[in-house]
Amino acid sequence: MNPDDTMQNTDDIQNPENTVEQTATEKQLTATDESAKPHARKRARQGRRGEGGAEYEVASQWQLMWWKFKKHRMATIAGPVLIILYVVAFTCEFFGPGLPTYRYSDYTFAPPSRIRFVDVETGEFSLRPFVYDIERSTDPETFRRTYSEVPGEKYHIHLFVRGRPYKFWGFIPGTIRLFGVRDLDAPFFLLGTDHLGRDMFTRILYGARISLSFGIMGIFFTLIIGLILGGLSGYLGGIVDTLIQRLIDLLLCIPTIPLWMALAAALPRTWGPIQIYFGMILIFSIIGWTSLGRVVRGKMLSLREEDFTLAARMAGAKDGRIIRKHLLPSFMSYIIVSITLSIPQQIIGETSLSFLGLGLQPPVVSWGVLLQNAQNIQTLAHHPWLLWPAAFVILAVLMFNFLGDGLRDAADPYK
Amino acid sequence: MLTFIVRRTVQLIPLVIAISVIIFGVIQLPPGDYLTTYIQQLELSGTEVAEGTVESLRRQYALDQPPVIQYFRWVANIVFRGDLGRSFMWQRPVREVIGDRIGMSMMISLISIAFSWLIAIPIGIYSATHQYSVPDYIFTFFGFIGIAVPGFLLALLLVYGIFSMTGVSLTGLFPPEFQGAPWSWAKFVSMLPRLWMPVIVIGAAPMAGLIRVTRGMMLDELSKQYVITARAKGVEERRLLLKYPIRMAINPLVSTIGWLLPAVISSEIIVSVVLNLPTTGPMLLRALLSQDMYLAGSFLLITSVLTVIGTLLSDILLAILDPRIRFGGVSE
Repeated sequence: MNPDDTMQNTDDIQNPENTVEQTATEKQLTATDESAKPHARKRARQGRRGEGGAEYEVASQWQLMWWKFKKHRMATIAGPVLIILYVVAFTCEFFGPGLPTYRYSDYTFAPPSRIRFVDVETGEFSLRPFVYDIERSTDPETFRRTYSEVPGEKYHIHLFVRGRPYKFWGFIPGTIRLFGVRDLDAPFFLLGTDHLGRDMFTRILYGARISLSFGIMGIFFTLIIGLILGGLSGYLGGIVDTLIQRLIDLLLCIPTIPLWMALAAALPRTWGPIQIYFGMILIFSIIGWTSLGRVVRGKMLSLREEDFTLAARMAGAKDGRIIRKHLLPSFMSYIIVSITLSIPQQIIGETSLSFLGLGLQPPVVSWGVLLQNAQNIQTLAHHPWLLWPAAFVILAVLMFNFLGDGLRDAADPYK
Repeated sequence: MLTFIVRRTVQLIPLVIAISVIIFGVIQLPPGDYLTTYIQQLELSGTEVAEGTVESLRRQYALDQPPVIQYFRWVANIVFRGDLGRSFMWQRPVREVIGDRIGMSMMISLISIAFSWLIAIPIGIYSATHQYSVPDYIFTFFGFIGIAVPGFLLALLLVYGIFSMTGVSLTGLFPPEFQGAPWSWAKFVSMLPRLWMPVIVIGAAPMAGLIRVTRGMMLDELSKQYVITARAKGVEERRLLLKYPIRMAINPLVSTIGWLLPAVISSEIIVSVVLNLPTTGPMLLRALLSQDMYLAGSFLLITSVLTVIGTLLSDILLAILDPRIRFGGVSE
């Protein structure tokens, strides 16, 4: 008898109905297909896991956290969505059907293309999606430009098409894209075009690279400052602690957005885009480390007094070992939660400042820079697709919040 | 009580001094000083710069002195003469330019906070007493949206939504005929239908946070022994809620004003740019873009000091509610 079966026996007593059914399926599968056995076992095991189950009692801390995390449904959705967003942002040259700076001068302010499967004229269904050519006309009274579809000309959408040459991350040349139309001048705009005829969808993907990486880079520097100052404050105590705490109080009572604005406006005008990018990260980190610093200090103080720390010290463990083996695992989860909830703040900060014209400037493409075009209500009323970057900002921020919420539940699995 | 207030006020003095140092540092950051920018500006517009004016301005703001002396002159001018410096963009003393706008900003911020409380507390209590009901899920969902959508995007979406549905552009705070007009009852009334938009937009985020806090606190309180005891003794449900749990649940709301106020003022500044309100936001932005640093610095200083005063008021309020704080029983 293998250990797995013994465990099943204990469960039989607790939950007879459920397990009888599972054993039945398991037997059936074993009989029909030998290779399916591991899967069936796995499934049966998952079904058996419950409060007070044997596995629950011997599971490691990480295992417990994972189970707890899985209970938060929105967080399990948010994780994959964020991974997809970041993969797309990382390889936006491949995913974007065009180039962010290419101007389709005949198609300024073109609305999003309608993806079709059915031919309007013949009613024929084609499995391969296509878009119609569009034609510009000007309203004789209002002088507004409108676009209408020309049903005659079809452009089919293909996977892995050859497009205008790009340089992946600025140095690896390439032409292959995930999807697109074969005719390079065809009006294929998933989310429309802006006032210069640039494809919004491509620009949003390129903007994702800047905006999403800003969140990660920003939190990286914030984390460094927060860990050092918070750690020092909690570990040393005394006058250092008081000084750092007063500094936190001070930073908390100055309204952040005006301070960001003032510091961002003070960045030299002669700086290049990369310098501005890192300058802004520095500004956010210098102001934004306070909440993280507080978490680190608080945890440091409370953990220092815990019995297990004392026990480790009594057993002769050195400071380094205590920090590494006992303190770090205990507050790592809180730090991760804190980070996940701070990343969206950085993204919102970048978007707000760039939107106001104080942050990143064109030709750099970020979600905030793209939203600069959406400031005018008149433009917006006629070209609502200019608001699409906002949808991406909200999606990213919402997903990070869900993820952080799920992680917070998971951070303390013994609750 | 009086000693508590005095002690807290005295404690704030170093804080205010530190804030003024930081803000003075920010003003000094851009290259060149106020006068070089001023002269440049005048030359660009083709005006001859009189040597005498430049000299007297230089002396007034001690611009030929080292930064430390400049700082003391700046502070002395503010404290003793109420002189915040000159705005070269407007060619007028800063005080005249910003007076009205700071007041409007504060008014909108305070109304937003009051609004968010008024809505959030009943919803939080309802959510807690009807945990896992359909409305509870709906409120929780909206709470997440309120936290995730930054104010300026919410403003943008609302303005667009209303414009595309009704054709009315709800930006600004006054109809055209009242812009720049002196205050009157008619002007005040004309403002009211336009006020709800900034109030909702700015109030959304704190409201979402408060709903979560109130709900959490209420749930904690409701599972406590005294509630069970009261229920067992047959106290009517409504009376039972009002008597203790709600009072306890409201306590942290008062103590959070301290950080709520800076957040609301922050969000007011950026939302007012989008909605084009006659408040500090648009003017601060313009001042920063044209590096009108005395104007920008004054905005920063005044909003920060007002925030500090707000925090002080919330501390006093909290001390009135909770005697443990008053007698220094709760300390770090």
